[in-house]
Amino acid sequence: MPVKSYIQAVTQAMREEMERDDKVFVLGEDVGKKGGVFKATEGLYDQFGEERVIDTPLAESAIAGVGVGAAMYGMRPIAEMQFADFIMPAVNQIISEASRVRYRSNNDWSCPITIRAPYGGGVHGALYHSQSVEAVFANQPGLKIVMPSNPYDAKGLLKAAIRDEDPVLFFEHKRAYRLLKGEVPDDDYVLPIGKADVKREGDDITVITYGLCVNFALQAAEKLEEEGISAHILDLRTVYPLDQEAIIEAAKKTGKVLLVTEDNKEGSIMSEVAAIISENCLFDLDSPIQRLAGPDVPAMPYAPTMEKFFMVNPDKVEEAMRDLAEF
Amino acid sequence: MGKKRHEELGLTDEQVLDMYRTMLLARKIDERMWLLNRAGKIPFVISCQGQEAAQVGASFALDRDKDYTAPYYRDMGVVLAFGMTPKELFLSGFAKAEDPNSGGRQMPGHFGQKKNRILTGSSPVTTQLPHAVGVALAGKMEKKDFASFVTLGEGSSNQGDFHEGLNFAGVHKLPVITMVENNKYAISVPLERQVASETVADRAKSYGMPGYQVNGNDPLEVYKVVKEARERAINGEGPTLIEAITNRLTAHSSDDDHTAYRDKEEIEEMKKNDCVHIFSQYLKDNDILTDEKEQELIKELDKEINEATDYAENAPYAEPEDALKYVYADKGGE
Repeated sequence: MPVKSYIQAVTQAMREEMERDDKVFVLGEDVGKKGGVFKATEGLYDQFGEERVIDTPLAESAIAGVGVGAAMYGMRPIAEMQFADFIMPAVNQIISEASRVRYRSNNDWSCPITIRAPYGGGVHGALYHSQSVEAVFANQPGLKIVMPSNPYDAKGLLKAAIRDEDPVLFFEHKRAYRLLKGEVPDDDYVLPIGKADVKREGDDITVITYGLCVNFALQAAEKLEEEGISAHILDLRTVYPLDQEAIIEAAKKTGKVLLVTEDNKEGSIMSEVAAIISENCLFDLDSPIQRLAGPDVPAMPYAPTMEKFFMVNPDKVEEAMRDLAEF
Repeated sequence: MGKKRHEELGLTDEQVLDMYRTMLLARKIDERMWLLNRAGKIPFVISCQGQEAAQVGASFALDRDKDYTAPYYRDMGVVLAFGMTPKELFLSGFAKAEDPNSGGRQMPGHFGQKKNRILTGSSPVTTQLPHAVGVALAGKMEKKDFASFVTLGEGSSNQGDFHEGLNFAGVHKLPVITMVENNKYAISVPLERQVASETVADRAKSYGMPGYQVNGNDPLEVYKVVKEARERAINGEGPTLIEAITNRLTAHSSDDDHTAYRDKEEIEEMKKNDCVHIFSQYLKDNDILTDEKEQELIKELDKEINEATDYAENAPYAEPEDALKYVYADKGGE
């Protein structure tokens, strides 16, 4: 089976969907000739031409809003935000428009748009090229938010997002783009949106996380295995709406839960996961729910000392997992 | 005497009479909505009064079997011209389940009806402009020959989406017709406190498209400029910005009192220049309409409006739990 990087999986998903369906097209800044600042759309311009791989003016609300209009018409736009940090001007179009089109029209209109954006830190991106923005959108029914943790998932989930009948925010970890490699079949496969995935079976502690942090947790779990600590790891995959059933099952399995996100701690996706566990698993828990996250400062600083301090990494995850196991 | 003005535009007597009928229908529905509001039967009204000429003149210049429209909240004249019925508008006014715009979910004036290619709209202003551009982009990609028609108020021409959307349309030469219905007030704030450029039409220059200011009180003048804009759009010559100068004859909405910021003389002067009366006079001057025929028309419209009101008032609301439906497509839309 071919081994591909996370970003190659993303590109392949788009290419396959564009080959499969003429209604799929890409729009965003620098997505055309340049193939994207991270090269996520590399080769698509040459294969599909400027009509279907559209370099837009530098204006995020228009990228989202024009995509919303095209989606309402019946196209399948993939809009790229160059960095998740720059999605803010498009929030009105995403929250007031895309997420509400079906509901407000009583199911008359729909908005099958996919909005992709690279998120995440550890790349010397400072405040505005490192952020996790999913929590901003994670209480907007009508939207779905998908955050894949490895190349295989990235391809299958992006293809599902493009085919989804509703708007999907698809956040790709920019550090994962070239860091993570894995087997990605050339087959046409899709993975279910709205379902979490057990990435590792274990009995002593449960780690629930998503995105790049899944990889950190897997690394930590391997080390802890040598110490006799067996970790169960649930990858949320879709962070909104959450797969409550899978979360409850994973929490009950070991009774000790660590929730990991590289976003700021307060009001994060993990706050909601913690609430779900509290509501449903009180008598199954053997320790307080633990959260490992970024500190509650506005965003990640540039200097390597402060960046490292902010960022979740395998060592921090390992330490938190060990502490929980020893509780 | 040469040709009459509407004949010069290629419009028949029947067509201009139909225009007038649509304008008058919009006016009379709107007036009924106010009565219902003041009687405590419906919670909210937002009016088209004074803007019917621009709305109907523009719509008649479009291909109403093909073109898409992204109307704003005052556009009752547009949606009637595009095929929404009085009954459907009253269902929306009464927030009843059968309302095709939203099934009673949205306030009145938040139009949307897929079968008539009326995009669903929201309350944050100008978000519909990029949507119209997106529809035009899709049409161009699919090699279709429709135009995308979007409207908004002049205050909304300050929003980022106005500028981002027009620039996108200009760069990609898309078949978009944007009509700003300039009624000179954004709720209470007058034009000179809203727009720094001399005209709204001037803003077109930055976006590489022609901008025209027209008398929005005259449906024929609006018809002419929209017709030309549509031809350019269909010929691949790109978008057009039109500023129709209109009057807002009522307060901003049923929750506003415009005497707090407009003086009596101004309001009286506006009412003397009521576009519905002016067009009625044009038709009479050209022997297309008589007082008797007009009375017959009013009777016919009143009957239709009475029936629509009764129907909507007696129609059922959505079930409470229907509030849970249609968040996502899966689970049968529930």
